[in-house]
Amino acid sequence: MATTASARPSLFQRLPVISQVRSSVGLQRGMLIAGLLLTGIFVLTAIFAPLLAPYGFAQLRDDDGAFGALQEPSAAHLLGTTTGGYDVLSRLIWGARTALYVIVVAVIASIVVGVALGLIAGYFGGWLDRILVVVADALYSFPSLLLAIVVAIVVSGGQSSMWGGILAAALSITVIFIPQYLRVTRAEVVRIKSEPFVESARVIGASHARIMTRHVLRNSTRTLPLIITLNASEAILTLAALGFLGFGIEPTAAAEWGYDLNRAVSDVTSGIWWTALFPGLAIVLSVMGLTLVGESLNDLADPRLRRRAAGGEPAEDLLAPEGDPGSGDGDTDLAEASATPMTKEGTV
Amino acid sequence: MTTTAPVAAGPKPAATAKKSRGGSLGRYIAVRALLIIPTVWILVTTVFVLMRATGDPITAALGGRLPADQLAERVHEAGYDRPLIVQYLEYLGNILTGDFGTALSDHRPVTEIITTFGAATLELAFYALIIAFAVGIPLGRMAAFRRDRWPDATARLGAIVAYATPVFFAGLLLKLIFSVWLGWFPVAGRADTRSELTLQRLDGATGIYLIDAVRTGDWDIISDVLLHAVLPALALGLLTAGVFLRVVRTNVISTLGAGYVGAARSRGVSERRLLRKHAYRPALIPIVTVVGLQIAMLLSGAVLTETTFEWKGLGFQLAEYLTARDFVAVQGIVAFLAVVVALTNFIVDVIAALIDPRVRY
Repeated sequence: MATTASARPSLFQRLPVISQVRSSVGLQRGMLIAGLLLTGIFVLTAIFAPLLAPYGFAQLRDDDGAFGALQEPSAAHLLGTTTGGYDVLSRLIWGARTALYVIVVAVIASIVVGVALGLIAGYFGGWLDRILVVVADALYSFPSLLLAIVVAIVVSGGQSSMWGGILAAALSITVIFIPQYLRVTRAEVVRIKSEPFVESARVIGASHARIMTRHVLRNSTRTLPLIITLNASEAILTLAALGFLGFGIEPTAAAEWGYDLNRAVSDVTSGIWWTALFPGLAIVLSVMGLTLVGESLNDLADPRLRRRAAGGEPAEDLLAPEGDPGSGDGDTDLAEASATPMTKEGTV
Repeated sequence: MTTTAPVAAGPKPAATAKKSRGGSLGRYIAVRALLIIPTVWILVTTVFVLMRATGDPITAALGGRLPADQLAERVHEAGYDRPLIVQYLEYLGNILTGDFGTALSDHRPVTEIITTFGAATLELAFYALIIAFAVGIPLGRMAAFRRDRWPDATARLGAIVAYATPVFFAGLLLKLIFSVWLGWFPVAGRADTRSELTLQRLDGATGIYLIDAVRTGDWDIISDVLLHAVLPALALGLLTAGVFLRVVRTNVISTLGAGYVGAARSRGVSERRLLRKHAYRPALIPIVTVVGLQIAMLLSGAVLTETTFEWKGLGFQLAEYLTARDFVAVQGIVAFLAVVVALTNFIVDVIAALIDPRVRY
């Protein structure tokens, strides 16, 4: 990014997100900061859940006796209680922690597998590349939730402990993400492979392994932060959808927003709003925060797309690159892959 | 997305350059049609491998609830103790002949489940698409025209909110506000019991309630069916509208910057006409591709929407079988949907090629 200038800014200013906040203006800056705030609240809530939550996520009674089911919001239960008699606020806070665990596991697993496959496919090319791309395309075209359901059945058989459930959800999300990381990395690798410095390395006799890791991989991670934020938001949505279908985590094992919404379906019919509204808002706000960050990073990632402070040229939005369906070269692949979360998952 | 596969395997541009236009289109369609085979094969194989890699559906469903010997007997009866490769070939052969298996719990063939409940899902997806078009396209155009001013900011924020809202949460909110508090719409289902009975008794019922209701000619039934459809269609449609909005906005912005628009502007064409005639229409082409992607995604969305509104379609049924732990039915329905997705992608690519010559090179 813009950090290779001769006079290097301080380390703090070169940190990934900080440098982007500094280079943004106007609406874009507002979006990025709003996104960072929401994401920050989400992450902090997840980390400090034990301190913040008034009760445990599976706690049904305290010293004054049982909480009681479907209590309206009150001083003792700020957001009321659920049908099962849990405290809504506490499950909300603990739910952030579950979501964060799933995001971390899913993103790490899919980066490791997806980037490795993309690197191999892009670097060596040939039939292996063809096969990997066709398989990735096929999996990519498939409704991701259905894929996640199938994986969840395999991993957990449908009912789970906390870590079992978290792993099931994370793995099902990983299967959806791998094709995306593969495509993005492959596109970058194909682009970088033809750069003179790679050729030079080959001329001086560097091994494939060395070229791949030192020369190609290090230069092809440019778009990863963007995809990570967008995928993190997708992970929350998929986890919630699985939970809503009853493939989440048992309420006594961990708190999960999608499961709570599933329980709330019948409450809504009888006019009880607090059991549905709050977990739903938690999902919306955390996904929005991550999406705003991801979208702003996307706009700022490329100098061509960055808005100038005064009367800049209309910059094209990388996120929806369908304008040229005919060209299937590396750059469109890249753009398409970063378009993924918004175009693909719009209905989940 | 779907257009990149033919690029990899498609004919060399040099070869097609000599041919006439029609020949190149025919060839494109043929190559694209052949690509359905590996796609479907990969998808159904993935489903099989995932479902069967770790065990069999019966053990997964009943494990721990039956004594080991009874379980082994049930597994043997269903043929799940044979070598995996034999089962896999049988599975592929069955799918080729249109047999997606038989549900464990109610012993209904999956094909029958699909024909019974598929119509409802189709109907819901159709309504949702109408709403997505009606809302997404005009708003996207407006956002592009008023770029970076408040209508654009609002529309873009709306699209992000639409993306961030899970369809079942949107459904629950709509239900709470419009049916429980305001009482404008029914809470759930596809029709009242009375209309439903009439519709099911109809000769040659299509299962698409609106068509059947029109055929009865009874206004009460028609309005009843439509009222039931409003909230589920809104929940599913608005989220899709967000996607359309973004695509239209981006494409109108990029066509507005194109050379021919500048040329028209220099000839004195009004801004309004520029937008309407010159920039807007070409920007709609990519919508075709996005609609294709969305149809696959509508299926994901339909599972959740149907569960929220007890809309008795394929998605609702899938969720039921999931709860009943009937994984044979789940595998069959998912494999069927894989075929549907591959076919829709093919149709969309052909339409895109018919509209836009650049696609078929």
